[in-house]
Amino acid sequence: MDLTYTPEQQAFRAEARAWLEAHVPTATLEHFDATREGFEAHRAWEKTLKSGDWGMLTWPVEYGGRGLDLIQWLIFEEEYYRAGAPGRVNQNGIFLLGPTLIEYGTHAQKQRFLPSMASGKEIWAQAWSEPQAGSDLAGVRATCVADGEDYILNGHKIWSSRAVFADWAFGLFRTPGTERHKGMSLIFFPLDAPGVTVNAIKKINGHVGFAEIFLENVRVPAFNRLGDEGQGWHICMATAGFERGLMLRSPARYQVAAAKLAALWQAHKETADPALEADVVRAHMNAEAYALNIYQTASRLMAGAKIGPEASTNKIFWSELDIHLTQTALSILGPVAELTQDAPDANPVDWIDDHIFALAGPIYAGSNEIQRNIIAERMLGLPR
Amino acid sequence: MDFTLSDEQMMFAETARTLFADSCTPDHWRKMMEAGAAHDDARWASIVETGLSLMLLPESAGGIDLSEIDFTLIAQEAGYVALPEPLVESAGVAAPMLAALAPGHAALADPLATIAIAHPINPFVANADSAAAILLEKEGEAYLVTPDQVTLTAQASIDPFRRLFRVEWDAANATPLGKADWDLALDRAALFNAAMGLGLAQRAVDLAVDYAKERQQFGKPIGSYQAVKHHLASAQVAIEFARPVVMAAAAEIGHRDMQARARVSHAKIVALEAADKAARASIQVHGAMGYSWEVDAHLFLKRALALSRNWGTPAFHRARIAQRLFTQPNGPEQTFARESKNA
Repeated sequence: MDLTYTPEQQAFRAEARAWLEAHVPTATLEHFDATREGFEAHRAWEKTLKSGDWGMLTWPVEYGGRGLDLIQWLIFEEEYYRAGAPGRVNQNGIFLLGPTLIEYGTHAQKQRFLPSMASGKEIWAQAWSEPQAGSDLAGVRATCVADGEDYILNGHKIWSSRAVFADWAFGLFRTPGTERHKGMSLIFFPLDAPGVTVNAIKKINGHVGFAEIFLENVRVPAFNRLGDEGQGWHICMATAGFERGLMLRSPARYQVAAAKLAALWQAHKETADPALEADVVRAHMNAEAYALNIYQTASRLMAGAKIGPEASTNKIFWSELDIHLTQTALSILGPVAELTQDAPDANPVDWIDDHIFALAGPIYAGSNEIQRNIIAERMLGLPR
Repeated sequence: MDFTLSDEQMMFAETARTLFADSCTPDHWRKMMEAGAAHDDARWASIVETGLSLMLLPESAGGIDLSEIDFTLIAQEAGYVALPEPLVESAGVAAPMLAALAPGHAALADPLATIAIAHPINPFVANADSAAAILLEKEGEAYLVTPDQVTLTAQASIDPFRRLFRVEWDAANATPLGKADWDLALDRAALFNAAMGLGLAQRAVDLAVDYAKERQQFGKPIGSYQAVKHHLASAQVAIEFARPVVMAAAAEIGHRDMQARARVSHAKIVALEAADKAARASIQVHGAMGYSWEVDAHLFLKRALALSRNWGTPAFHRARIAQRLFTQPNGPEQTFARESKNA
C-alpha cells in the first residue's frame, strides 16, 4: 500500500490542470436539462473535451478513448471538478453504456457507437424503466419481435433521463411470451426513428430531465442488439454496477461540494448555529471516506478484481452524503436558503438546486431500498 | 498510488484470524467470565509465539520491525473476536514507546510480559495490575514503574474484560525515561482501536446474519424480511466506508503531520460508530434474545462503548479534523497531499 502519487501521475495532474484552466468556459452554461440551448452548449463542450483528447480517458484508443487507468481517471476527475467544468451531458453513454459496450459489444458495434459517443456527436438516453417496472426491472413489458434482419419494438418507457434532447436510447425489451429475467434483450434505438414518440416530464425543479417514450412498431436492425438475444438482464446488471459504483459518481464532485460547504461555514459561523460545525466536519469526512473507498476499489480493479455487489454500498453512501451535505448548507444559510438564483439576495452557490437534485439520489439508479436488499442478499447471504 | 495490501500482509492477518478463531471463541470468554479472569495465559503465549506482540518493535528491542499497516490488520482480527488480552495497548502502543525510550529495558526482555500505559488522555489505566511495567506521564516526561510501586484502585467496567485502574504514584519512586512522544502513542492507540472497531462491527453483523437465517417467524426466516435486511445492510455500509479510512490512516500515520492526525481521528470516529451501529442492529435482530446475557452480541456492544470514549472522545477527534479542514487547503486534489510544514 502506497498512498503517494508517482511522478508520472503528478505530471498527468499538471497536464490536466493546465488544459482545463485554458479551456473550461468562464460563463456557467445553462443546465442541459433546462433547454435545447443548454443541451447544445454542453454538447459543444463535449466536442472541446474530445479535441483535447480529454473526452474518454479509460476507453481503448481505437474507440475514441485514451487507454488510461482508473487512478489517472480519478486524478482527471479531481481536476475536472476543481476547475468547475460543466456537467457531462453524455454521461449515460460514456459512463454507463460505454463500459458495457466495451465488455459485451462486437468490434463492429464498438466502432459504430463508441467514437460518436465519446465526441458528443450522439448523446444517449437510458430507457429501462416502465410504468409497471421501476426497481422491479425484471417486470418490463416492452417487446422485441424478430422480423428478418430486424427487430420490431413496441412498448412504453418512462423516467428516461436526457431523452427529450438526446439522439439515441438503450432499452430492455423482451421476446413476447417470456417472463421475468428470461428472454430480455438490450437494444439501441434512435429517438427520431419512425414510431418513437418522446414526451417530456418535468422534474420537481421544473427541468425537462425526464421523458416517457412510446414505441409503436419501431424497426431497428439486429445489429443494435448488445450481447445475445435473452442476455439483456445479465448485461443490464453489469451496467447497473457501473451506475451505482464508481463511474457515475466520482468522488471529486462531493469533495468540491464539501470544500464549498466549509467555506460557507467559515463565512457564516459568527451567526449560524454553532452545532452545525459538526455537520460541516461530517460532510468533509464523508466526502473523504467516499474518495478513499473509490481509490481502494480502483486499485483492486487495476489488480484484476471485478466489481461486485459492493457497488450497492457506494450508491447508498453517496446519495446519503449528498443530501446531508446540501441540507447542512441550507441550515447555515437560514432564510436565504429558499431563494432561487434569480433572487437579488440569493447566495452565489445554488445550494437549494443542489439539494433538490440530491433528493433524487436515493431513488434513481435503483432505489436505496433495493440496494439494501442487494447488500443483504448478495453480500451478507440473507435469504430472499 | 496503490491501495491494495500485499500477499504477506494478508497472510499475516490470516494467521492471526486462525489463531484467534481457535483460541478465542464465546465459550472461552464465558469460562473466563465465570472465573473472573481477563487474561488467558495459554492464549497470550500462543499470540507471543506467533510474533504478533513483536510486530511494531525494532529489531534492537527483539522485535520484527513491521509497520502500522501490518498491525492494523491484526488489531482488526483482535476486534473480530473481542480479544480480552491487551495486545493493542501493550504491543501496539506501550511496548513501542518503551522501546523508543529504552530499547534494552528489562521489561522488554520477557516476551510474555505486557506493558501498561497511563496516557494523560485517559483517566484510567487498562491492565495495570498484570503488567510487568507501567508507563506514566508527568510534564511530557515518561516514567516507568512496576505495579507494586504505585497504588492501584480497581474500577469495574461494563466490559468484563476491561480491567481498569486509577493509578496514584510518586515520581520519586519511578524510573525517569525522559521526554516521550505521547502524541504518537495517542495516534497509534486511536488507529488500532479503530481497527478493532472494524472487527467488532463485522462480527456483530455476522452474528446477526447467522441468526436471521435460522430464526423463523410467521413461517419464514426473519432474514427474508426487508426490515431486518435493511438494519444489517446499513451496518455493512458503515463498515465498508470506515475500512478504507482506517487503512489510509495506517498508511499515513508515519507522516506525523496534520493530515495524518486528521485521518487517524476520522478512522477512530467512523470505525467505532460502525461498531456501535452494528452491535445495536445485531441486538435488535436477535430480539429479546439479543438483550440477554446468553447471546454474545452484548460483548461487542460493550467493547465499542468503551473504545469510543477512550483514547480521545469523538469531540476530541472531531476537533482535530476541524483543525485540518479549516486551516489547510482542502478539495479533491488534497486527499493525499501533505501540508508543506508539519503543524
